[in-house]
Amino acid sequence: MGIPLEQILIQTINGLVNGMILALVASGLTLIFGIMDVVNFAHGELVMLGAFTAATTLATTGNFWLALVVATLVIAVFGALLQVTTLRPLLGSGSRTPQEVALTTILATFGISLVLQKYALWQWGPSARKLQEPITGQFTLFYLQYPWYRIATALLSAAIIGALYLFLKYGKYGIWIRAAIQDRVMAQAMGIPVPLLHTAVFAIGAGMAAASGVLFGPLAGVTQTIGADFTLRAFIVVVVGGMGNLGGSILASIFISLLEAYASLIVSPAQAVIFSFVALILTLLFRPTGLFVPTPK
Amino acid sequence: MLVLDNVHTYYGKSHILHGVSIEVRAGEVVGLLGRNGVGKSTTLKTVMGLVRPSEGHVTFEGREIGGMASHHVAHLGIAWVPEDRRIFKLLSVMENLRTGLDRAGVTDAKKKDLLDKVYAAFPVLGERRGQAGGTLSGGEQQMLAIARAMMLEPKIILLDEPTEGLMPRMVSQIHEIIDVLHRDGVAILLVEQNVPLTLEASDRVYIMEKGVVRHHAPAADLRANHAVIHQYLGV
Amino acid sequence: MRRSATSYWIGFSIILALLAVAPLVLPEFWRRFVTEILIWGLLAMSSDILIGYTGMISFGHSVFFGLGMYGAAAALLWAKPANLWLALLFGLAAAAAVAVFVAYFATRLRDIYFSITTLVFSQIFYVVIFTWTEVTGGENGLTFSRPALAIPGLFSVPFTTETLHWFVLAVVTISFLTIRRVTQSPFGMVLQAIRENEPRARAIGYAVERYKIVAVMLSGLFAGLAGILYAIQNKFAAPDFVFFLVSGEVVIFNVMGGIGTLVGPIAGAAFFLLLREGLSRYFTEYYLIPVGIIFTAMVIFMPQGLLGFARRRLNQ
Repeated sequence: MGIPLEQILIQTINGLVNGMILALVASGLTLIFGIMDVVNFAHGELVMLGAFTAATTLATTGNFWLALVVATLVIAVFGALLQVTTLRPLLGSGSRTPQEVALTTILATFGISLVLQKYALWQWGPSARKLQEPITGQFTLFYLQYPWYRIATALLSAAIIGALYLFLKYGKYGIWIRAAIQDRVMAQAMGIPVPLLHTAVFAIGAGMAAASGVLFGPLAGVTQTIGADFTLRAFIVVVVGGMGNLGGSILASIFISLLEAYASLIVSPAQAVIFSFVALILTLLFRPTGLFVPTPK
Repeated sequence: MLVLDNVHTYYGKSHILHGVSIEVRAGEVVGLLGRNGVGKSTTLKTVMGLVRPSEGHVTFEGREIGGMASHHVAHLGIAWVPEDRRIFKLLSVMENLRTGLDRAGVTDAKKKDLLDKVYAAFPVLGERRGQAGGTLSGGEQQMLAIARAMMLEPKIILLDEPTEGLMPRMVSQIHEIIDVLHRDGVAILLVEQNVPLTLEASDRVYIMEKGVVRHHAPAADLRANHAVIHQYLGV
Repeated sequence: MRRSATSYWIGFSIILALLAVAPLVLPEFWRRFVTEILIWGLLAMSSDILIGYTGMISFGHSVFFGLGMYGAAAALLWAKPANLWLALLFGLAAAAAVAVFVAYFATRLRDIYFSITTLVFSQIFYVVIFTWTEVTGGENGLTFSRPALAIPGLFSVPFTTETLHWFVLAVVTISFLTIRRVTQSPFGMVLQAIRENEPRARAIGYAVERYKIVAVMLSGLFAGLAGILYAIQNKFAAPDFVFFLVSGEVVIFNVMGGIGTLVGPIAGAAFFLLLREGLSRYFTEYYLIPVGIIFTAMVIFMPQGLLGFARRRLNQ
């Protein structure tokens, strides 16, 4: 086929950059599933709302980084409220099996995603918002001018995920969260306030989703529909990476993004997503616990 | 201190507890014997708030706790060591202990104190403190489960079949631990299939059958009179 | 029991009569609307076989609907003169082909993984149809003419709005009766056992996989049938109908109406479409906000749906 090496290398970098942004979204989603069996269909909408919130903040203050922080916090709080009002009643009864909870929550969050999408349309209108990137300028990469901003997003996403990893590994609350993911009932019997943890984790996931939306903003226009794409890809990543598995979802994000990046050398970008779909289906059929999860004992 | 009064509990549609009445006073070791499936574990779970009683009362130090969320129950001073131990397998030994240690109002000095005490009682855990819980042997996991409960500085420990699947040497270790806890003034509600151990370690014993308490006596009486044991447990 | 069976059939006949008379008394817009409700109701019913009876939530029903539509489109564009029965054949064949794949997934995947896979699977078809412009007309879809109601060699009568409505009503009614028969048969009982407790059904000795395959095939075929009817009524096929939103709406119909009741999903479809019609007068394109809120609230507080709720009230 003879695709030039430079193109492949450029797509590799693109894949890594996109992969890190996606990892930010997917890691929140997988944590939320791991700790409370909620399949958050509205996760992409949290990304979208984060981007819009930042756009509005940016328009008033002119400071991108401030907008990033504001959007992350606002959506985190919003996520917590959402969880307490709609998801906690669903989880509360405790008489449902995890599968039932997962299915009911996917329906409820589907409804929420519809409402949020249309709300965004009402609040911000149909035309796309543009987020101005904070770091302009490009460097020469082979025959291309590659924007610095893209590298910055990858690094920033990696930093946020790194911070999350450290928090989970060493903090007191990190231990609580990891314990609750493994055995919710026992964790609660040890005095750990699991319902509060649920809300906190949902808020963290929402905040991370919002952050990725803000980072993604300058790369493409912000409209109400960008959420759906993120949700779909995040689902694929979470399943391929192993549901509830943080490391797996990060690796899977990079894997899927690289896959699509390379695929768009051959087919159009719209069709490249089919490769991800196929990866998902193959994973489910042959390694359902996740591609990057060690085979269960 | 802990009183169950005519407690009925259901699992879905199954009526497991048909009016259980049990009492544990401060500092006592109370044994709960019975065949498999009579509802011993369910009794402990009802106390711990893992299942809600449909009828009857569970009171702790005068306060009604039936149906209370289990993290609140733990805060009141009740610790649970479940039948299958339920160690956090992916957490290290130290992290397992920290789930009980990291509580509000515990100074760092106190934490160190508790840890030292537990490592002294269970040297093996001290050796393996950085290892993942899932890599421990059955007996070691049991010790970790008990140590973890001790981190809560509980007033009463609900011990569910601690000697199940353990070698005789470990069984006597468990006996020692129960005695140590007893000396420290911690009450224990001990569910067991191992009759000799229970009779040795307990002050009083209840015998359950089909979801109700059928017999209740001081352990000393039962040590002397085996007929009752034969009658209910066929042992 | 016998009393409620009689009253059931009386109710059924009344509704059937009302629906048959509808095109004669209603204004133009509402005539088409009622026909559409029937078609979406059929789609919702087909989905209920999986969601309500077998306990498999499919988020990809739009793929069967869409392929039925495009299959019919293919027949109507290819054969001249446009042949109704060929359209039915092609549409059902297309839907069946896809159903085979989904049936395979159904046997390998459980619960949430099955649901996500159906979603992803139907999105694959959406992307393919959307981008394969030469064959599928891409974004713009395909337009074609409506076939006549014909039996070759005997007669050929073009459809009017009324006769089309009665044709659709007949097809949907027969489908309803057929599906009802199936769900109330021993086969249907096994499906429900699978929904209640799959491991136990398996332990009892049922070949769960086979039952699931048949359930998926049935569900897919009737969904495809709905797609064919839609194509005939509207004379176009578009990728929008394969898009996830349609699958999502189908799930909404089911949940709102009451899963596992067959009638419920049809009622849910009617309820949703009427809500949409009514609310879009006030909220224009934002009607989905109140509808979405109602739907979410129902999932949380009224999971048995409208019908389940009504049934409970009536039983009290």
